[in-house]
Amino acid sequence: MKLTLKPLAIALGVAAIAVSAQAQEKVKIGFVTDMSSLYADVEGKLGAAAIQMAIDDFGGKALGQPIELLTADHQNKADIAASKAREWIDTAGVTMVFGGTNSSTALATAKVALEKKRVYINNGAASSALTNEQCSPYTVHYAYDTVALAKGTGGAVVDTGGKTWFFLTADYAFGHALEADTSRIVKEKGGTVVGAVRHPLNASDFSSFLLQAQNSKAQILGLANAGGDTINSIKAAKEFGIDKTMKTAALLIFLSDIHSLTLKNAEGLLHTTSWYWDLNDESRKWANRFYEKHKRMPTDIQAADYSATMAYLKAVQAAKTTDADKVMEQLRKTPVNDFYAKGTLRPDGRFVHDMYLAQVKTPAESKKAWDYLKIVKTIPGDQVFTTKAESKCALWK
Amino acid sequence: MEIFGRPLPAMLSQLLLGLVNGSFYAILSLGLAVIFGLLNVINFAHGALFMLGAVLAWMGMEYLGVNYWLMLLLSPLIVGALGILIERVFLRHIYKLDHLYGLLLTLGITLVIEGVLRSFYGVSGLPYSPPDALAGATNLGFMVLPNYRAWVVVASLAVCFATWYVIERTKLGAYLRAGTENPRLVEAFGVNVPLMVTLTYGFGVALAAFAGVLAAPVIQVSPLMGQHLIIVVFAVVVIGGMGSIMGSILTGLGLGVIEGFTKVFYPEASSTVVFVIMAIVLVVRPAGLFGKEK
Repeated sequence: MKLTLKPLAIALGVAAIAVSAQAQEKVKIGFVTDMSSLYADVEGKLGAAAIQMAIDDFGGKALGQPIELLTADHQNKADIAASKAREWIDTAGVTMVFGGTNSSTALATAKVALEKKRVYINNGAASSALTNEQCSPYTVHYAYDTVALAKGTGGAVVDTGGKTWFFLTADYAFGHALEADTSRIVKEKGGTVVGAVRHPLNASDFSSFLLQAQNSKAQILGLANAGGDTINSIKAAKEFGIDKTMKTAALLIFLSDIHSLTLKNAEGLLHTTSWYWDLNDESRKWANRFYEKHKRMPTDIQAADYSATMAYLKAVQAAKTTDADKVMEQLRKTPVNDFYAKGTLRPDGRFVHDMYLAQVKTPAESKKAWDYLKIVKTIPGDQVFTTKAESKCALWK
Repeated sequence: MEIFGRPLPAMLSQLLLGLVNGSFYAILSLGLAVIFGLLNVINFAHGALFMLGAVLAWMGMEYLGVNYWLMLLLSPLIVGALGILIERVFLRHIYKLDHLYGLLLTLGITLVIEGVLRSFYGVSGLPYSPPDALAGATNLGFMVLPNYRAWVVVASLAVCFATWYVIERTKLGAYLRAGTENPRLVEAFGVNVPLMVTLTYGFGVALAAFAGVLAAPVIQVSPLMGQHLIIVVFAVVVIGGMGSIMGSILTGLGLGVIEGFTKVFYPEASSTVVFVIMAIVLVVRPAGLFGKEK
């Protein structure tokens, strides 16, 4: 009798170990972004909805267990974002931290992910420092960055004769990065930067800053801000007739901003975007699914949220583990090819794919709801992002 | 000619823009001061009701085609009525309690109003254009001033001084002031003090809604527009002195101008300068510039 029980006991023991190992392998995504303030329409709750959509399309399960999504609002505070990520990793066993809009929060969260060895994916934040000075083997910067915006929009504007620039810059990590990256491109192409004014995040009145810009006599007003700040800047620029003497280059503007500004105020704006819902059949198909559910067309960030989640889940499934090193290795060797982008992940954490230079349509050109952009040109990924020669990332040498 | 190394025209234009922003501060802090004076309630919901005023203006235009001028009248009336409801249902229960309870209650009301509108309209905001009569801009020589901004200054100053006149110079105002000092005695003379209190709250928040409609064409109408402003406005009230009518008007305008100049000399500090001044005033004159020590 003893002899027959022994193998059973061993089998039970092995099963118990296997179960506990599996328990650790549960895929948990922790998504922290601005859900209530000026960037909430760019990504926000619908970003979480896009991630959930990817989880559902994936089948809801990975490594044999249900995939879990946790979300939090960081209120644009870096300390909240970082401590939320730390709490999730330590107590909830989050296997991937999904960072959102606001570069200060992204840089802080990426550091936590590095320290705790967890995959960190970000779409909403723009600062190129995430994959440059502060690059990490666990960071995936997926959608866009300030370098791409600078090379895309800045380059195009200088090429069409906009040689003298004045910047209106959001006074934090993102604004500084965007101003610096764009200034570099402007100067490289033979233009000059005549001045800049730094405004606090979430400023309500831009008229004073705009008059300073106008007095500079520059040809181009470079808006190195985002979300509500960009909307109010453009609105005030119209009101004060700044657009008669200067051309506005909105270095970062999202579909939700254009929707809110309406075409009357936004028409003609040149900008760089990582995706647009009306690019092709594939993008329209996904966007329409999103629209059915949420009655809004997705921004490029929300589309990227879906795509990046899918890429991560596929990598976990292929690597058969949630171990960050192995998942990152898998992500680096698997090219992405979906409705959002076709591209690859570089050693510095930059997901390289084509970007689009777009112009906002005039009210007459717009034929249907959400028909806002015409694509001026496609900018190849290897040109628009930081090049190896420019990179200061130690992981990419 | 130059002032502190800046050309005079540039300084003049900043002065004017500062006055525009100051007008909003003045009209909002006036409402807060009136409410605090009579109800002893720190009305944190002021920002949300300011925002509601603007959103109502947008709704009127969007859904019913009601123009700006009519909404400038209707929106304060609707918000005033809502204020009366808030006072009757919630606020009247807490007059005897510490200020903190009123603050928390009105903060809660703020979160509810903002949360509901955010879930309907998102945060990027809704576009609202100035009325046709005030569209366009006037070239003043040293700057191009949009006509609408000039109207903001005129309209808000008119409302501010009318309010000041009623409270400080009329019989009704005398009742109000007496009610503030000693409600029981005033009631003994046959004045309906609870009614007066209710109407005062309604009037105070109607002022906020009026400012909201004024602001709608200037800043994007968004559920967040009140949040940004209200903290500054509280600082204005503290600097001017709680409960002082003229104090809050003058302080509002003055701080708008100071903030405007800060945007020229050190833009990074433009969102903090008001609080620096508040700290200094609290050290030197704890009751505020126009307040009376009790």
